[in-house]
This record gives sequence, C-alpha cells and structure tokens, in this order.
Amino acid sequence: MYELIIIGGGPAGMTAAVYAARKRIDALLLSKDVGGQVLWTAGVENYMGYQYIEGVELMQKFEGQVTQFPLEQKIGQGVAALSRTDAGFEVKTEGGDSYQAKAVIIATGKRPRQLNVPGEEKLRGRGVTYCAICDGPIFAGEKVAVIGGGNSALEAANDMVKIAEHVYLVSLTPLTGDQILIDRVKDASNLNIFLEHEVVEIKGSNRVEGVTIKDLKSGKKKSGEKKLEVGGVFVEIGLIPNSEIVKGIAKLNRLGEIAVNCACETGVPGLFAAGDVTNIPEKQIVVAAGEGAKAALQAHRYLQRL
Amino acid sequence: MSAKEVKVYSTPTCPYCKMTKKFLEDNGIKYQDLNVAQDKAARDEMISKSGQMGVPVIDIDGELVLGFDQAQLKERLGL
Repeated sequence: MYELIIIGGGPAGMTAAVYAARKRIDALLLSKDVGGQVLWTAGVENYMGYQYIEGVELMQKFEGQVTQFPLEQKIGQGVAALSRTDAGFEVKTEGGDSYQAKAVIIATGKRPRQLNVPGEEKLRGRGVTYCAICDGPIFAGEKVAVIGGGNSALEAANDMVKIAEHVYLVSLTPLTGDQILIDRVKDASNLNIFLEHEVVEIKGSNRVEGVTIKDLKSGKKKSGEKKLEVGGVFVEIGLIPNSEIVKGIAKLNRLGEIAVNCACETGVPGLFAAGDVTNIPEKQIVVAAGEGAKAALQAHRYLQRL
Repeated sequence: MSAKEVKVYSTPTCPYCKMTKKFLEDNGIKYQDLNVAQDKAARDEMISKSGQMGVPVIDIDGELVLGFDQAQLKERLGL
C-alpha cells in the first residue's frame, strides 16, 4: 500500500509529484500519458520563467524534474476505477492492475468533447480528428469540415484554409472566439461558414466521405439538412473533465468538474483533486501547477494526521 | 539495443510525434522519420498500411502502433 497515489501526468499531477517526493511521501504517479493538454499548445508565452517555450518542451522539463526524485511512476496506464476501502482507496488501471493508497490526488485534466453523432466513433482516426495541429497536414488538398465556433475551431480553420482545397466551418452558435481570430479567417476565398447548424452524422465506410449538417432554424424538417462532401472532420467543440472515476464518490458540478475547496479537498477524507479536472476558475498551466502543489501539501498534512 | 526496424510517420507540428521520437531516442532506438506533411508517398503508405489519417503511426518490423502509446511501444520494442 502506498501513502499517496497521484493520478494524472499534466502540470497539476507532475507538480504534485515533485512536492510529494520532497516531503518523502511514499507515492505513486499513475498516468496514461505525460504532458496533458499542454501538448496541444504549440507555444507557451505565459508560464513564468520562459518568455517562449514549446508546449512539448515545457512538459519534458516537468517530466525531467519529476524523474530526478526517487518517486515511483507508472506511465501508459489509464485509470479505470477508483473505490473507497477501509484503509483508504483502491485504484484499478485499464490494464487490470490494482493499487492501494491512504490518499489520492485526482489530476486527470480534460479531454476533447465528442459530437456523439453516428459515424464519429467508427471513423475516429479515419478522417475524424480531435487534434488539428497533429493531423491537419495530412488533409492538404482535400475538403474538410471544422466543427465549432470558439478559438480552437477558428485556429484550426485558419490553419486549414492555407492548405486544404476547401474548408467548411460549422458552428452550433454564432462564432464565440476572439474577434482577432474571426477577422483572420472570415474572408478566406475557400471558406464557407455555417452558423447555427448542428452535425447530424459523419458518413463513410472506411474513411470519412462527408458530414450531414442541419440548420437549427429548420426545426424537424428534413429540408434543413445538407451533406458536405469532405475527407476530414476536425472536432473542436471544447473540453470535458476526466472525472468519471470519482462519480458516486465525490461531488461534481454541473460541468462534471470535481468540486473542491481552496485546499483542494473534495469533501471525502483523503481524496484531493487539482487542476483542470476541478471547478477552480481559470484553466491555465501556471494555475494547474499551483493547484498540484497545494494538493500535495494538503495530502501531506492529511497523512501526518492519520 | 533493439535491432528492429522502426519507422515513425509524423507531422512536424504534432506534439505526440515529438514525444514518440524523444521516447525512442531516450531508449536508444534508431528510427526512420517520415514526414507525411511533406512526403506524399509516405502519407499514402501510412494510410494504406494502417487505415489511419492521424499521426503518429509507428511501424515496428511491420507491426503498427497507433498514437504515442508508451505501454504498447515498450512491449513491441521489448523495453
């Protein structure tokens, strides 16, 4: 049994790991991957100490800082379930392993929201992508649809109008991203914008062949539907918290974020949460790192009191 | 050291590709880097082999790993 298990390898989890190691807590860092959402950011200009640094490079520095301490890490293992035991908690991984600890810090962050429409799951990686900066160049010369109206969608559209044959931007709402990004993309000659349209279905057998969209103003009428012939669908409709494992154990807010107080406590003794998976305002690297530090120090206090 | 033939299909902007390459380098694995943003033949090869329109795709002696999946990479490379 460990004293502490930290779940998540983003800024919050890795900072918690460093703080736990410095307090000589017998801890395990368990994460599917290293870097979290920071990896999706090309450049970071607001993490103090670096005027500019690539997201990947910053996370490799975090990782290096964790690794210099003798703290046990299991990377590549997603967590499937968390439960309370008499002695604390049991964590089960997707690989079927099981670990026990007296305290747990959840720092699992967020993941891209899915459309939840027919065809999406089947065609994931076969034209449906949630990482425009990763996969954008593969669709050079093709027609693509970007789904969403916020900054991520506008940035994806702006990248794609430069290399794709044609780009359709489909948003459920009026565009909500920054005006500077809207201005940058809106006059592109190979762009059509569909506002207040929803995605009904993604079509294709082995790879994406098209996407069916529907005008929200058309009500139930079939006439409001349009099929766009595209080879790629970039889903950029925001993020959802990876909080499923604490459902039924700790309280979530209406966004699914874990409700914590200012000491990163969930209300369940020994269960702490930190970073973007929680209800703290402002999802920023520097904030998440700070929250991770706080959670580890609070967990240390908790363990001392046991 | 592994004598397996390793190919990484990648794009220059993809963070998971960078993480994959760093992981291979850290473990002393030599690999061929194929930039599918530039190299259309490599892109077609990746898509026909894997059916994937997403990077990275890692080919280890003909067996494919999709995405930066550390557990799978370790297993396939015998690390």
